[in-house]
Amino acid sequence: MKTLIIRILLTLTLLTLSGLPLLAQAEGEDESQWTSHLKNQFFGDRPISEDHEAIEITAPYRAEDPALVPIQITSKFPQTGTQFIKKVTVIIDHNPTPFSASFEFTLESGKADIATRMRVNAYTYIRAIAETNDGKLHMAKAFVKASGGCSAPIGADSEDAKARFGKMKFKFDQDKPTLGSANPVQLLISHPNITGMQMDQISRIIQPAHYVTDVKVSFDGKPVLTVKGDIALSTDPNFRFYFAPEKAGELHVDIKDNLGQQFSANQSVNP
Amino acid sequence: MRDLAPKEPPTPSPMPSLAKPFCNHLKALSLLIGGLGNLGFSSHPIAEPLAIKEVANGVYVHQGSHLLPNPQNHGEIANIGFVVGNHCVAVIDTGGSQEQGQRLKAAITTTTEVPICYVINTHVHPDHIYGNRAFKSPGVEFVGHYRLAAAMAMRAPYYLVQAKDQLGLTLNAEDFVPPDLEVRDTLDLDLGGRTLHLIAHPKAHTDNDLSIFDTASETLWLGDLLFMGHVPVIDGSLLGWLKTIDQLPSITAKRVIPGHGPITALWPLALAGEKRYLESLAHDIRAAQKANKTIEQAMNEIGQEHRADWQLFDDFHRRNIASGFAELEWEDPSPEPPMKNPGRSNP
Ligand SMILES: [Zn+2]
Repeated sequence: MKTLIIRILLTLTLLTLSGLPLLAQAEGEDESQWTSHLKNQFFGDRPISEDHEAIEITAPYRAEDPALVPIQITSKFPQTGTQFIKKVTVIIDHNPTPFSASFEFTLESGKADIATRMRVNAYTYIRAIAETNDGKLHMAKAFVKASGGCSAPIGADSEDAKARFGKMKFKFDQDKPTLGSANPVQLLISHPNITGMQMDQISRIIQPAHYVTDVKVSFDGKPVLTVKGDIALSTDPNFRFYFAPEKAGELHVDIKDNLGQQFSANQSVNP
Repeated sequence: MRDLAPKEPPTPSPMPSLAKPFCNHLKALSLLIGGLGNLGFSSHPIAEPLAIKEVANGVYVHQGSHLLPNPQNHGEIANIGFVVGNHCVAVIDTGGSQEQGQRLKAAITTTTEVPICYVINTHVHPDHIYGNRAFKSPGVEFVGHYRLAAAMAMRAPYYLVQAKDQLGLTLNAEDFVPPDLEVRDTLDLDLGGRTLHLIAHPKAHTDNDLSIFDTASETLWLGDLLFMGHVPVIDGSLLGWLKTIDQLPSITAKRVIPGHGPITALWPLALAGEKRYLESLAHDIRAAQKANKTIEQAMNEIGQEHRADWQLFDDFHRRNIASGFAELEWEDPSPEPPMKNPGRSNP
């Protein structure tokens, strides 16, 4: 029994010795994942400039809820024939799956802004890399500290959400859109977006990964926003973006998930 | 029904006859054994007993503190304790670390010779379950909400990393002890001379909240369904929690033990602060959504008037808004105003 006491003391000592440096290390703004392989994995040897000329990213420094971190990407210019953003890719360095989402825009987008909610597992950089029409890559990044609270970046497979699984809705800021300019719109998708990550030996109930992989929004048949998603998107994926209608028409969305399930929805737009 | 015989039958249990005067005396003393000094005495071959108070006959609580979990406190911040019957002790939540679990166990063996039969987890949060491992032994049954095991499994990979980075604890799968007895609706545990009535609640603070009512002392143990002092944390459902808060007062109890706050409080008055905060949150989020505000705007603007009422407000309030906002976006729209009589043409 004396050994038990010694063990406790030893554990305490080890914890005090090991715990603090670990914390300090975790708090450091670490670029190593990006420079050592992520950059190469997603962009090869293409140059990427952190020039703040194309986009900015806004994320809370402290992610109070790691399951739901609001992230906003704002473009520096409207989408015109001479200058526009083709695609924005979001990488979260220290997430188990760093690729989080990509967003393709068109001239019909009006403005290449996107706001969404993501899971953030650790102290990490969140990077948005924009590809402009001249083929150049521009990066903006934000450092986020996932909070040490009690919640976890998991998806919920709640019973109440099952009834509305696959349901989608568009929400507009104004009753009527303004023709010929970029109008904000929000797309809400009811989907558990379960990560599938779990410790199998604890529970017999295994929840396989189930998440939205593709979102295609078009207006009058022309693409406005095309999203490739992964498990970083929070439960009930939510996107705020722009579209620039020239006349009355119909917003249409098709989504697909990793299990091959597909849903679509329409919303007529009448100025 | 179940074999409740303890592994070592308690030699004449001190509880039944001697209990009252003895316990009252203890209550007065409040069993405060502080400091780390005792660890040095090898004549006491157990961990230093956790400080506990007897809040009702046979009901013992250790008071947590309103701190964020960190490497110094190892997440040992919640109210935890145990109930002593004639044949069985039931532990209610085991604390934020295996060490705290061991100290709680030491407090139990110092208090009574009645064996531990049950370890009840009120929900999945680390400050309530990380002591589980200290109690794992033959004859001890773990009890939890039927969704607890799944919640543990899904959170464990993340919790392990968090424990290392933020609590200074090295954990592994063995530290997550899922329930042997799962409560789907209700379950009664007979401790001998007293029965614990367990209720599995729908999504509220989490999706695996369990409440415990001790029939003998009429004490209601709510876990984190009740926050006092420490700002409530929504990790389940804002609307579900409010619904639960409306239903709980139907339980008649002499006192309540919150998951965070004083070790005992008046029932059902104790619910008032939490209810006011959550109701105001729901109201303000609905108003923000009606005004087409974004989640970011809502997180920055809503509910600042509650700051003075709660500790750790800045650590959890914004996340409460975010999670409530995401939930209320899918709330069924309030019923449409009555339609104009379809049979008549409008002027
Ligand atoms: Zn909790």
